[in-house]
Amino acid sequence: MSEEYTSTELLTTVAASLIEDESTIIVGTGMPMLAAMLAQRTHAPDATMIYEAGGIGPEAPELPISVGDERTFHRGVKAAGMHDVMSYMSAGFVDYGFLGAAQIDRRGNLNSTVIGDWERPTVRFPGSGGANDIGSLANETIVTMRQDEASFVEELDFRTTPGYLEGPGAREEAGLPAETGPSHVITQYGVYGFDDDRELTLEFLHPGIEEATINEESSFRIHIGEYERSPEPTAEQLRLLRAEIDPRGVIR
Amino acid sequence: MNVIEEGDGELVGWEHPDDVRAWNREKRSRAFEDKRMSASEAVERFVDDGDLLASGGFGHVRISTPILHEIVRQDIENLTLSGKTTVFDADLLIAAGAVSKVEAAYCFAHETRGLAPAGRRRVEEGDVEVVAEASNATLQWRFLAAKMGVPFVPARILAGTETFEKSAAKIVEAPWTGDPITLVPACYPDAVCIHVSKADKYGNAVIDGISVEDPELAGAAKRLIITAEEIVDSDELRARPKDVEIPYFLVDAVVEAPYGSHPGEMPYQYYFDEDHLEEWMDLTTTEDGLEEYLERYVTGTEDFAEYLEVIGGEERLADLEAIENYERPDAGGPEGGERA
Repeated sequence: MSEEYTSTELLTTVAASLIEDESTIIVGTGMPMLAAMLAQRTHAPDATMIYEAGGIGPEAPELPISVGDERTFHRGVKAAGMHDVMSYMSAGFVDYGFLGAAQIDRRGNLNSTVIGDWERPTVRFPGSGGANDIGSLANETIVTMRQDEASFVEELDFRTTPGYLEGPGAREEAGLPAETGPSHVITQYGVYGFDDDRELTLEFLHPGIEEATINEESSFRIHIGEYERSPEPTAEQLRLLRAEIDPRGVIR
Repeated sequence: MNVIEEGDGELVGWEHPDDVRAWNREKRSRAFEDKRMSASEAVERFVDDGDLLASGGFGHVRISTPILHEIVRQDIENLTLSGKTTVFDADLLIAAGAVSKVEAAYCFAHETRGLAPAGRRRVEEGDVEVVAEASNATLQWRFLAAKMGVPFVPARILAGTETFEKSAAKIVEAPWTGDPITLVPACYPDAVCIHVSKADKYGNAVIDGISVEDPELAGAAKRLIITAEEIVDSDELRARPKDVEIPYFLVDAVVEAPYGSHPGEMPYQYYFDEDHLEEWMDLTTTEDGLEEYLERYVTGTEDFAEYLEVIGGEERLADLEAIENYERPDAGGPEGGERA
């Protein structure tokens, strides 16, 4: 019998499992940061976190709450600048980029700019920030977001950040770096990858979630072929998260 | 060069590099002269209605609050704002009615603290117009082009998106690869304020910690106001010249401003004032609340020193210093957690 865990803890352990050792990861604040730190303390000791404002490889005793605060470069490898980080990413030195979004389409293109009309929006979100840059330049991007019919859409209200654009080969044709793009999308229901047509396909279904939910909570058809169940967080992973990585429970 | 595609966003801050060379030759002093002045004088002399304004730092980190306050006190209007992960700075100026246009990379939110009530209201009701979209690297490299004195820099971003379509960038055929490449145009802000750790009276400035995009922004600025936690003797900076991110000849004004980043963080010195930011978020959900905030903290205070007294003075600031240095006070310190 597994220990009780929160939804965020499950998503964190799932995201951590996607991070390989000896890699570099651009993260923002929030769950992906915990995932990267958990990966570092388990299977990926040589994973290095990078923040777009300039922090590289921090070893801070507490979590940052901004992408630019002191915790993003405390005892770091380097306190650089944004130009450095964006350049390293453009030159292929950043392996994973974590992104969130308000909307996603079947090709992994993302909207974090507006709901409604751009000229007179119903809801104005912050905009790209570093998302377009990370989605364009990181070797692989991992999207974490809430899934429902309003967020998994046939047509984005605004395409902020490139996924696979119109399909196979479209990124390269547009001039984006070769062999880049989204690899996974993590939601509260499961983990998706992309098939040969560069469309969303189920890879892992979270514990306790029914298969039918996947398409009930999406406005486009998600492919369901062979998939696995996401492993539940282990007692050791939960201990690391609660006792060492986020003892104050900043992100739950 | 074959232009494949053009964004239709407004070309904010563009000038021919030769015009800016002439400006920099004629209007920017090379003299080792004492540029210290008050925030009020710096804004009077170097920020005008209708300017393109860019502020340094990142998010709530290392912001130049005394200059923001003066812009509000002096009723500066119709600014175009460079929305380069601007949060409290943008929100304050937008809420106070100083801004009419924004080039938005990241705006209208406070990172993990949530969306900005006042900034969003202004843009959703049409009081503030987003005239162009950008990404953080777009603005970063627009400033780099300006700093380099070239009309554009190439970058492999924006392609295939509506962020590109609403930007001022162009996509051309790269002459060596033959592949499409995005060109981002130089951007020369009329006025820039950057908060730094230390500066001398001439404007040579040290930024402890990450520099974000301030070395590029400083080079792009047509007028640059430096606010500094501490004004130090030039000899101290000459002993560590590699740490000087901004040389004096880029600088027009030097303002001594201890705790100048409040309610933002100053790396190694003091932490975010989460209680104050929460008060801002809460009050600005209504126009009455916004007026109350401005009266209490900005228009109702004479200067930044008085503001620091109003926010709780030395006692409050000592708490924020303790938190920044990992010595969280037992009581009264911001937890920050529930907002993440």
